[in-house]
Amino acid sequence: MNNREFIVRRIAQEFKDGDVVNLGIGMPTLAVDYIPDHVQIMLQAENGILGVGPKAAKAEENIDCIDSGGSFVTTVAGACFFDSAVSFSIIRGGHVDITVLGALEVDEQGNLASWMIPGKKVPGMGGAMDLVVGAKRVIIAMDHVSKDGQPKIVKACTLPLTAVHVVNTIVTEMAVIEVIPGQGLMLMEIAPGLTVEDVQKATGAELWISPDLKAIAV
Amino acid sequence: MINKLISAEDAVKRVKDGDTVMVGGFLAGGHPEELVRALVETQSAGQLSLISNDTGTPELSIYKLVQSGRVKHIYASYIGSNPETGRLLMTKEAEVNLYPQGTLAEKIRAGGAGLGGVLTPVGVGTIVEEGKRKLDIEGREYLLELPLHANVALIRAHKADEAGNLVIDGSSRNFNFVMAMAADYVVAEVDTYVKLGEIDPNHVNVPGILIDAIVKVGNTHE
Repeated sequence: MNNREFIVRRIAQEFKDGDVVNLGIGMPTLAVDYIPDHVQIMLQAENGILGVGPKAAKAEENIDCIDSGGSFVTTVAGACFFDSAVSFSIIRGGHVDITVLGALEVDEQGNLASWMIPGKKVPGMGGAMDLVVGAKRVIIAMDHVSKDGQPKIVKACTLPLTAVHVVNTIVTEMAVIEVIPGQGLMLMEIAPGLTVEDVQKATGAELWISPDLKAIAV
Repeated sequence: MINKLISAEDAVKRVKDGDTVMVGGFLAGGHPEELVRALVETQSAGQLSLISNDTGTPELSIYKLVQSGRVKHIYASYIGSNPETGRLLMTKEAEVNLYPQGTLAEKIRAGGAGLGGVLTPVGVGTIVEEGKRKLDIEGREYLLELPLHANVALIRAHKADEAGNLVIDGSSRNFNFVMAMAADYVVAEVDTYVKLGEIDPNHVNVPGILIDAIVKVGNTHE
């Protein structure tokens, strides 16, 4: 199992029956493949769908049914469509239970940097700022360290923020970490074969260790 | 009844130098390709301000519009799909203003709904708050986001009747609905044009009074 699959398998365990979930483009969308059979979630696409289904077969591709990444999708029974103002009212208004997205940096206060690298990459924030402010729970799916080995979980974000005090849970290939408001980062679960020291060494902020520390089981 | 059916070429003649133009759509979904193509190919108004969620993709005519040098201000949410918009931002050849997507939708909605702006918590504590008024409402901070309005809006729908009532299918509603309210002159590109009374009022997505012109594309008849 590669890191991405490991991460999204663990994230899929967070979904409860009936949850409204918005999955960011890229790794987060892969979580749909690992949702337990007894759990049914309603997937939101911020361009205007509640009830996104599997990708559309070639013959059924319809430009009036795309997800927020522009992919052709189907809808599930009970789905509905709406315009962008309604879609973001759903998001901002607290009607989305969980949003899962990637990050460049997360810090110990739950601040999130995910949308730009000054001078390098400015694709725009799209719906990310609305999603992390409005969703009831924000789960970050990311590699524990950057491509050049630097911690992505830090004491204070250095990149431009997406929002302040919004991240609830961070899931990486090494650990599951909860942001405890006013306290900091709590190590909840750890990948099989790793020690607490391994995780701490790859993390740029101090970790509190949960009294119920467990191994990640996926 | 006024005949709202016109050609794409005639519709885009309404765009003048210095105008603000809204273009509906989310990537290729609900994007009024024929109207934008006519704007690019059949007229030359410049110094334009463009309001679009994402400024499209290289396959769409909006890419050529951004590339043409005729657009000096861009208001968008996500521009990662149009490298030309990114280039204009970096070189400062155009002023590119980025907003959270929900904020962009609400700014346009406010422009069409007679509101002086909206208060949103989105963007507080980020560079989005720069230059904006921040208000404390019952202990929570909000940014005051001002309305956006346009001279011309180019939008996309599936079907129109003679009164301009629109049916928009699926996820193509996106920005087309709010933009229909927020411009002085609104053109809807549609696949299908039907007689008055042929659209069940229950199924109208955009009230016809908001639509000034209809451009029919393709060969779909009902």
